[in-house]
Amino acid sequence: MDLPLADFLQIDFPALLVASLAGLCCGLPGNFLVLRRQSLIGDAMSHVVLPGIVVGYLLSGTLDTLPMLLGALGAALISALLIEVIRRLGNVEPGAAMGVVFTSMFALGVLILEQTGASGVHLDVEHALYGNLESTLWFGLTDWSDILSADGLAQMPGSISRLGGVTLVVLLVIILFFKELKISTFDPAMATSLGFNARYISIGLIVMTATSAVAAFDAVGSILVIAMFICPAATARMWTDKLSSQIILSSVFALMSGCLGYLIAAFGPFLLGENYALNAAGMIAVVACLLQAFSMVFAPNHGTMGRFLKQRKALQEPAEI
Amino acid sequence: MIAKLLKLQPSTSLSTDAAKKAPLAIDGLSVSYHHKPVVWDLSFVAPEKGLVAVVGPNGAGKSTFIKAALGLIPKLSGEITVYGKPVDKQRKLIGYVPQRGSVDWDFPASALDVVTMGLYGEIGWLKPVRKGHKEQALSYLEKVGMADFADRQIGQLSGGQQQRVFLARALAQDASLYFMDEPFVGVDAATERAIINVLKKLKDQGKTVICVHHDLQSAPDYFDHALILNVRPVASGPMHEAFTSENLQRAYGGRLAPSELSGLMSLAGQ
Amino acid sequence: MLQELFDILTFQSGYNTNVVLLGAGLLGTAGGVVGVFSLLRKRALISDAISHATLPGITLGFLVALALTGTGKSLPFLMVGSTLSGILGVLLVQWIKDNTRLPEDSAIGTVLSSFFGLGVVLMSYIQTLKSGSQAGLESYLLGSTASMLQSEAEMIAISALAITMLAVLFMKEFGLVCFDPDYAASRGWAVSKIDLLMMALLLAVVVIGLKTVGLILIIALVIIPPVAARFWTDRLGVMVAISAFTGGMSCYLGAALSALTPDLPSGATIVLTATALFTLSLLFAPKRGVIATALRQFSFRLKITRRRALLSLNKGQPTLSFLASFLLKREGVLNSDHTLTEKGQKTVATMSRDQALWNQYLSDYPEEAFAQNRWSLAMITDILPRDLINELEMSIDSPKKEIG
Repeated sequence: MDLPLADFLQIDFPALLVASLAGLCCGLPGNFLVLRRQSLIGDAMSHVVLPGIVVGYLLSGTLDTLPMLLGALGAALISALLIEVIRRLGNVEPGAAMGVVFTSMFALGVLILEQTGASGVHLDVEHALYGNLESTLWFGLTDWSDILSADGLAQMPGSISRLGGVTLVVLLVIILFFKELKISTFDPAMATSLGFNARYISIGLIVMTATSAVAAFDAVGSILVIAMFICPAATARMWTDKLSSQIILSSVFALMSGCLGYLIAAFGPFLLGENYALNAAGMIAVVACLLQAFSMVFAPNHGTMGRFLKQRKALQEPAEI
Repeated sequence: MIAKLLKLQPSTSLSTDAAKKAPLAIDGLSVSYHHKPVVWDLSFVAPEKGLVAVVGPNGAGKSTFIKAALGLIPKLSGEITVYGKPVDKQRKLIGYVPQRGSVDWDFPASALDVVTMGLYGEIGWLKPVRKGHKEQALSYLEKVGMADFADRQIGQLSGGQQQRVFLARALAQDASLYFMDEPFVGVDAATERAIINVLKKLKDQGKTVICVHHDLQSAPDYFDHALILNVRPVASGPMHEAFTSENLQRAYGGRLAPSELSGLMSLAGQ
Repeated sequence: MLQELFDILTFQSGYNTNVVLLGAGLLGTAGGVVGVFSLLRKRALISDAISHATLPGITLGFLVALALTGTGKSLPFLMVGSTLSGILGVLLVQWIKDNTRLPEDSAIGTVLSSFFGLGVVLMSYIQTLKSGSQAGLESYLLGSTASMLQSEAEMIAISALAITMLAVLFMKEFGLVCFDPDYAASRGWAVSKIDLLMMALLLAVVVIGLKTVGLILIIALVIIPPVAARFWTDRLGVMVAISAFTGGMSCYLGAALSALTPDLPSGATIVLTATALFTLSLLFAPKRGVIATALRQFSFRLKITRRRALLSLNKGQPTLSFLASFLLKREGVLNSDHTLTEKGQKTVATMSRDQALWNQYLSDYPEEAFAQNRWSLAMITDILPRDLINELEMSIDSPKKEIG
C-alpha cells in the first residue's frame, strides 16, 4: 500500500486527531460518571443533544458551530431538568425517568430534522449516530511543518479546534476541582458538610458531561460518545484503585482506542487487499471495549483471572481465622 | 472441606436422631461474601417449639446465616436440613419474614395483595387469585390488627404497619418453621406487642421461630433460646445457658460496657 | 389530510395498512405489559443494552442470508441473528455485573456501545458489497412501517399477541418476583426461571419491534407506557392494563401518522405519541399527576389554615393571615370587623373540643395516633368509633391521677 504523506496529513491525521480528542474529552469526565454510577447519563446526553443541534441550525440558518453548540447545551440542560422533574413527581427510578426523556428528545430531533427539510444539507440521523470522522479533512497540508504554519492553522477543521478547546477546558476543570470532585463522588454528604455543595458539583459535572457530549457528538456521533464516556474509565478501574492514576490511565486507553480503532478501520481492509474502509467510529468503540474486556479478565488485582488465582492460593494455605 | 479441616469446635453431628427430626439442623455452614468469610463453620440445631433469638454485633453474619439457611445465597460448605430433609424439599414448611428495608414499598400493591402472596404457593403456578383467597388473606390481616388497612397502598403504611403486613403474609402460609429478619426494627410499641403475641401463639401451636434480634435487653424476655454469633458461633442453647455475660463478651468484645452486661444478666435472671 | 388520517385509523386504507396498524397496536400492547415488569424489577435500562446489542446480529444475519440465499433481506435470518446477539448482550451485562467491580450501569453502557459499534462496522462493510441490497437495514435503526411486508406485519401481530398472553398468564408470578425475590425464593418459587422468562419476553418484544420502532428508540416502548401508567394507579393489575392501553394506542396512532408521512421514521412518530400520552398522565392523572398533587397539597393547606385559625380564635385575639380571615369570612364564621358570628362561636367551640379529643387520643394511644394519617385533619367523630371517643371524653373530663 502506498500512502503519500499529503494524503495522510489531509485525511488521516485530522481524523486521528479528532478521534483522540473526542476520546479524551469524553473519557475524562467519564471517570466520575462511572464512579458515581451515572454512566448512562453519557448515553442519555448523546441522544438528547440531537433536537438542540437541529433547532440551533434552524434558528441560525448556518452550520456554524456556536448556535448548534448552544442549542445542544440547552437541550441537554432541559433534559436534565425534565429527568429530575419526572423522577421526583412520579417517584420513578432515575433510569426509567432517563429512558422516558432521552427517547422522547431523540424522537423529537428526528421529527424536526425530517419535517423541516434540514436533513440532507449537513445533518441526518445516521450522521448523528455514527458521526463523520472520515470526512474531517485538513486541506493544505503537504508536510508536517505545515501544521503549525499560519496557512495550515487557518485551514484547521472546526471540529479539531472545537474539540481541542473543550478538552483543554475539561482538563483544567478536573485539575482545578480535583479535590472537590473526588470527595463529592466518594461521600456527597461529607462534601457538603465540608462546605463543598455536592449538589452544585453534581450539576457542574452534568454540564461538563453535556459540553463534552456536544463537542464530540458532531464529529464522532453518539455511539462513540457513549463508548468513550464509559469504556476508558471502566478499563482503568480494572488496573488501579487510585483516582488520579485512574484518570491518567483512562486517558491513555482513550487515546489508544481512538488511534488503533481508526487505523484498523481505515487501513485494515487495505492490508487484506480489499479496497474499502470500515466505519471508524464503530471500530473505535469496538477497540475500546476489547481493551476493557481484556482488562476485565487479565488485570492483576481486579480481573477475574487474577482474582481466581488469588482465591485458589488462599484456599490452599490454611487461613488464620 | 476447609471448614472441616479448620474446625475449631466439635460440631453437632447430624446423625443423631434428635438432629434428624429437628426443625432446623445445620452442620458446618460457611458462607463468604465477595471472598470474605461472613459465617464460619456454624453448627446449630433448633429446638422443637422454640423461639430462638439470633444475636450478635453488626456484621456478625446474622442475616447471612438466615439467608443461607433458607438456601437464598450459596454456601461454601455445610449441610442444612429442615425436619430431616433438605431445605428445597421442605419449602412448604418454611415461612420467612425478610427485613423491611429489602423491598420497594412504592410497589403498586395493597396490604391485602402482599398478604395474598403468602397463599401463592397454595394457589400454584398460573392459577389466578380467587375471592376465597382474598378473604383468607384478610383474616390473617385481622390477626395482626390490620384489617382496616387492607386496601391501602403499602407505601402509605407506617413502618410498624408494614412489618405487620409482612408478618401476616408469613402466617398466611401456615408453616412450621419461621425465619424472621429483625422484625422489631423501627416499629412502634403496639406493633412490638402484636409481634410478641404472634410469636407466643406460634410457639403454643408447636412451631419454631428463628429470629434475628438486635436488642439484647429484650432478647431474654421475648425468646427462650439463643444463638450468639460473631462470624463463628459463640454459643447456642436455652436462653439461660447461652445468654451469659461471658458468651456475650466473647461475641461483642469490648463493644459492650460492663454496666450494660450486668444489666442484661439481671434481665436474664442470673 | 385529516380525512386521510381518519381513513387510516378506521382501517379503511387497504388490507396492508390495516395489518401494519394492527401489528403495531398489538406490539405496543405487548411492550406495555412486559415493560411494567421490567420497570418494577428495576431493569428498565437493560432493554437499552438488549436493543443496541441486536445490531451485529441483524447485520450478521443479513450476511449469512446473503451467502446462503442470495438476498440479505430474509426476515427469519435477521430475527434469529438479532435474538442471538441480544441474548449474548444480556449475558455479558450479567457477567460484567457479577464478576467485575463495575456496577450495572457501566455494564449496560459497555455492552450497548460495543455491540452497536460492531454493528455499525459491519453495516459499513455491507455497504461496500456489490449487491447493493443493504437498503432496508437502516430501517432497523429508526423503524419503518412503510417498507413493511404484509407477512412481516402478520408475524409481528401474532407474536405480540402471544407475548401479551404469556405475560398476563404469569402476572401473579412476575409480580411476586418483582416485589420480593428473596421471599419468593424462600417459598420455593423458581426465581431465576421466572426472571429468565421475563427477560425472554422483553427480548422478544425488542426483536419483533425492531422493524416498527427501530433499535434506537424501542426502549421507549417498554419504559414510557409503564411509567405513564404508574401515575394513574397503585394496583399492579390496573397498571398492567393502563400500560398495555397506552402502549397499544401509541403504536397504533404513531404508525397511522407515519403512514401519512412516509419520509418520517415510524419510530419517531410512535415515541412522540407515547410521549404525548405520558405528558397527559404526568399532568392529569388523578392519583399522582402533577395537578392533582398540587390541588391536594393546596386543600391540605386550606384545611390546616382553617383549623389553626379557629383554634386561635378560641384562645382570644389572634392575628389572622389574609387567607385565614378570607376563608372564615366566606364560611360565615367571622363578621367583616373580625368578630365571631353566632355560627362562628359554635364552630370554634366544636373545633376546640375536637382538637382536645385528638390530643387526648395522641397521649392515650400514641402509636395508633401516629399510624392514623388523618390525625387532626378531619373531625374525630368521622374517624374513630363512638366507644373510643366516649373513652377519650371521659379521660378529658376526669383526668386520671395515676401518672407516676
